[in-house]
Amino acid sequence: MTATRDLGPLIPRNRDAHPPAYDPDYKTSVFRSPHLPLISMESTPSEETGPRFGHARLGPLDNNLILNWTKGAAPAVGERILMHGRVLDENARPVPDTLIEIWQANAGGRYRHIKDTYFAPLDPNFGGCGRTITDENGCYEFLTIRPGAYPWPNRGNEWRPMHVHVSVFGHSFGQRLITQMYFEGDPLIARCPIANTVKDRGQLDRLVAPLDLGRARPMDFLAYKFDIVLRGRRQTMFENKLEGM
Amino acid sequence: MVQKLDTLTETPSQTAGPYVHIGTAPTYAGLGGIYEHEIGQTTYQDGAEGEVIEITGTVTDGTGWVLRDAVIEVWQADASGRFAGQEGADPKVTGWARVCADPESGEWRLGTIKPGPVPMRGGGWQAPHIVLWIVARGINTGLQSRIYFEDEANGDDPVLARIEQRPRVDTLIAKKTGDGRYRFDIRLQGAGETVFFDM
Ligand SMILES: [Fe+2]
Repeated sequence: MTATRDLGPLIPRNRDAHPPAYDPDYKTSVFRSPHLPLISMESTPSEETGPRFGHARLGPLDNNLILNWTKGAAPAVGERILMHGRVLDENARPVPDTLIEIWQANAGGRYRHIKDTYFAPLDPNFGGCGRTITDENGCYEFLTIRPGAYPWPNRGNEWRPMHVHVSVFGHSFGQRLITQMYFEGDPLIARCPIANTVKDRGQLDRLVAPLDLGRARPMDFLAYKFDIVLRGRRQTMFENKLEGM
Repeated sequence: MVQKLDTLTETPSQTAGPYVHIGTAPTYAGLGGIYEHEIGQTTYQDGAEGEVIEITGTVTDGTGWVLRDAVIEVWQADASGRFAGQEGADPKVTGWARVCADPESGEWRLGTIKPGPVPMRGGGWQAPHIVLWIVARGINTGLQSRIYFEDEANGDDPVLARIEQRPRVDTLIAKKTGDGRYRFDIRLQGAGETVFFDM
């Protein structure tokens, strides 16, 4: 890591590209959204640096959710899929060596979590989390099963579309992002108040992974492609002003 | 028509949801052992230079209710103000950890090394601070905030100086409750609302 080289401040977040904090259709956000405006200012070294994770700390099955819970002993129930994509920044540069963590419900829509009491059964062979580090081109892959849709308390009859939660680090703590991947063709996306916290239709479409038959393996798994863009850096020749100029 | 820019737009955020712990703190969620090395347990290892401190607090919503599901990520410099990976940084300080609210009480606790002042680009210093990133169900985009310390010189900090309503600065200052112990409560909304940043 060449942390002493100044790569320039982070590009300010375009808040219109993100959901507003307060969205009455997603009721929990009503209580948990700041009322006062965020204090906007240029990033400092505290936002421009960030934790790095070495490949050495990951296990060989960490990105295989079909097998990681049973340590390879028995596969999880469900439709087998490859989830893959590329992490870029706003400067359109690949983001290599960055940690991606995912979590999801099992094929029946049930999470393995102390607080999930939905009556769809747990799959004894499925844990529901995975992690990997992007390669030198920013590419990543997970082998998993398609998660089931599940009901949740919000308005009277609310169902989450099939989705995978995705957490990405980038190289700066200010790039930190959690999002969700949806699946092409799911009719629940248009009805989901959480997906629709993203008000810009073009931006919501970017969370919907297309079926990618070119990466599917015949007689084994389907594939879905999910590319991710993180904040970039504002680098100009004028960045480092000389004293007194 | 104009030329097309080659910049991209950031992927939109989505709430971390109620089950964020599965992916970020599997042992907490009940998936202990799925990974050989779970990350984010601590910001430092034994032998790190500097003062070991403990910060406790809660995260409350607009009604005053304490969140049981909040996850806070922290990122900080070592005792000499250097971040992990920078030249001369303390190899025993990773500076990054995840803190989960207790599922029963909602209290969170961070044991860490007290960070040193951090230099600004172009000169000047930031007072010792810990950068926070707060996620939970109902939070659509992770919230950036900071912990400063009551017993440090915060007067010249360039970030705190940007807060116009001076009483609000107080929401970012951890109160000393004992030797090496601090209290820092986060209020998401309403009276005493914590300052959140867009940096
Ligand atoms: Fe979910």
